[in-house]
Amino acid sequence: MTQAPAKHDRYAADHKTFQQATEADRPAWVRRLNDLAFARFSKLGLPTARKGNEKWKYTNVAPIARAEFGYALDSGPNEVTSADLRRTAPWNDGWTSLVFVNGHYSEALSSIPAAGNGVVVTGLAAATGTHGDTVESHLGRYASLDDDAFTALNTAFLGDGAFVRVPDGTELESPVHLVFVSTEESEPQVSHPRVLVVAGPGSKATVIETYIGPDKGRYFTNAVTEIAVGEGATVDHYRLLLESETAYHVGSNRVHISEDGRFNSRSFQKGTGFGRYDLYVLLNGPGAYCELNGLYMTSGSQHMDNFINIDHAKPHTTSRLYYKGILDGKSRAVFGGTVWVRKDAQKTDALQSDKNLVLSPDAEVDSKPALFIYADDVKCGHGATAGNIDMETVFYMRSRGIDLETASRLLIYGFASGIIDTVEVDDLRSYLEKSFLESLPTYKFEF
Amino acid sequence: MIDRMQTDRPLLEIRDLHVAVGETEILRGVDLTVRLGEVHAIMGPNGSGKSTLAGVLAGRPEFTVTSGDALYQGENLLTLAMPPENRARDGIFLAFQYPVELPGVRTWQFLKAAVDALREHRGQKQLSIREFDSLVEEARQLVEIEPGLIKRSVNEGFSGGEKKRNEILQLALLDPTLALLDETDSGLDIDALRIVANGINQFRGPSKAIVLVTHYQRILNYITPDYVHVLVDGRIVRSGGKELALELEEKGYDWVRDPTAAGAEVTA
Repeated sequence: MTQAPAKHDRYAADHKTFQQATEADRPAWVRRLNDLAFARFSKLGLPTARKGNEKWKYTNVAPIARAEFGYALDSGPNEVTSADLRRTAPWNDGWTSLVFVNGHYSEALSSIPAAGNGVVVTGLAAATGTHGDTVESHLGRYASLDDDAFTALNTAFLGDGAFVRVPDGTELESPVHLVFVSTEESEPQVSHPRVLVVAGPGSKATVIETYIGPDKGRYFTNAVTEIAVGEGATVDHYRLLLESETAYHVGSNRVHISEDGRFNSRSFQKGTGFGRYDLYVLLNGPGAYCELNGLYMTSGSQHMDNFINIDHAKPHTTSRLYYKGILDGKSRAVFGGTVWVRKDAQKTDALQSDKNLVLSPDAEVDSKPALFIYADDVKCGHGATAGNIDMETVFYMRSRGIDLETASRLLIYGFASGIIDTVEVDDLRSYLEKSFLESLPTYKFEF
Repeated sequence: MIDRMQTDRPLLEIRDLHVAVGETEILRGVDLTVRLGEVHAIMGPNGSGKSTLAGVLAGRPEFTVTSGDALYQGENLLTLAMPPENRARDGIFLAFQYPVELPGVRTWQFLKAAVDALREHRGQKQLSIREFDSLVEEARQLVEIEPGLIKRSVNEGFSGGEKKRNEILQLALLDPTLALLDETDSGLDIDALRIVANGINQFRGPSKAIVLVTHYQRILNYITPDYVHVLVDGRIVRSGGKELALELEEKGYDWVRDPTAAGAEVTA
């Protein structure tokens, strides 16, 4: 007889309140999903066990399990202004922007130009009413509750979120920007952002997710994204983790790509005290392609874990994974990248690399790229590196009159720039260049 | 009188310089005096210490000076343990034997940082982008490298010849006083050698000095040295005029290595 640990009592009480107080807001099928998910969460519990816990081998979720994160039924008393957003997140008035405060959709802060062409960009709560069938056939279909307690917990509180649907053969004219902002509260608070993107056959869409939060106050963001890339469709997905060091963040993204579909992911992680990003990409039809670029930059006592699985389920599928990390202070990064090549997935072409610049002797990276190949006619490669700045490069720059600090900044930025350069949205790239360049650690040289 | 004294003072004066890497002594008492307007060729077999001499003057950190002095414009580079960037700003330039690749650092950005640092040190106002670009373009045309290379990461994916020409581009752009050219001719085909030599000759002048380290006499067909020194086992064993290079080419380094050979004497 397993007794539910005391730390989950708060979630249980909050879930009960959530179900009762907002019953009228959600259709019966969502409420049933909420209950099912909470039951699943209660059974699984948070993955705190040290034994037989491969997925969380290098990341201890005990700090999340120990803390009492409360769930608020609305966005709370602290106002977020449009000026706040423009100061702390990339912003462009030409983009379609949906803003969520503590997980709750804010109509006032959002700006959704009339999309036309049957394109739907809306809060998920509204979408369950207006586009119930589409939402019902996709929501929760990719992000399984079975073995993931965080996804189960997110789904237990699923009510609001973002819904993007791009009809067949349609191209979104401007990026859809989803901003998830947490506010400073007196009590530790949790939000459960949820995103569903359904890109119809032959369509094209750019979706940006940005996570920001206050410098003070503990908060936990437990986000789940599901993306369905239709036949021959292209989805460009950007994910910016720009929370503060007081944040806890667990994000999951489940992507299913149909025949000839393309998924381009660029993930930038700079802020959050404790972070995990779990990205799963299923290449589910011949010609399916994904390119995953990532840049993580950690300092102080930050902990960032990237857990990536690329699943080549069908023949003639291609994946590219390029991640880079810059570690400073006493921070720790984990890179777990696994490429699965199923028995039928002949002619798979997969490449993954994770390179780390470790600037401090107290920083540490555990980089574990892995390949599991069950087909015999494939082309796969992987590699991981970790090292400090090459002193010869520093001397070369100094011999041209460039001081140590400038030399190290140029070299560290040079290391990161290859990932930032992959950003195809101009304003976003400028934002990232500036944002990362300004916060680059200064390397302390020892002679 | 003061003017005359300054003119008389050598640009570089090396006295009994001993340099080690770890426990191994590489330079074992080098003396060399270089004045403005002069071109000195340092020749010698592999492992004789030629690159060490160039490197220690530029401030390469892995070398330990065990004794001796190197006065540059009257200041002792070695006792001051002057950082390499300060030496560069004071006009010392090292053209690398193996130019270093700087992944992700664009050539333009690198050149700009170097020029900005030099101008700031000299108390000159910073160049506008337009002014800077036109200087870079002038230097680029001098060494005949593709315009596209300026936008690429420094030396990354450059051919051997392009890397060496990029060194001369930097020489032209940064306009130092003392150029230390470390095997700048190695690995160059005849066309690249001509371009590189032309760049060096353009730089040459009464207010400049060049120390040209080379294994082969070949580049001296293009750049006529005022003095040739032969470095063997960490010491200058012979010094002379340009004809010494030709003699070396003919007789090989064994000729100077053998202390009993006719006419061999250690330069004081």
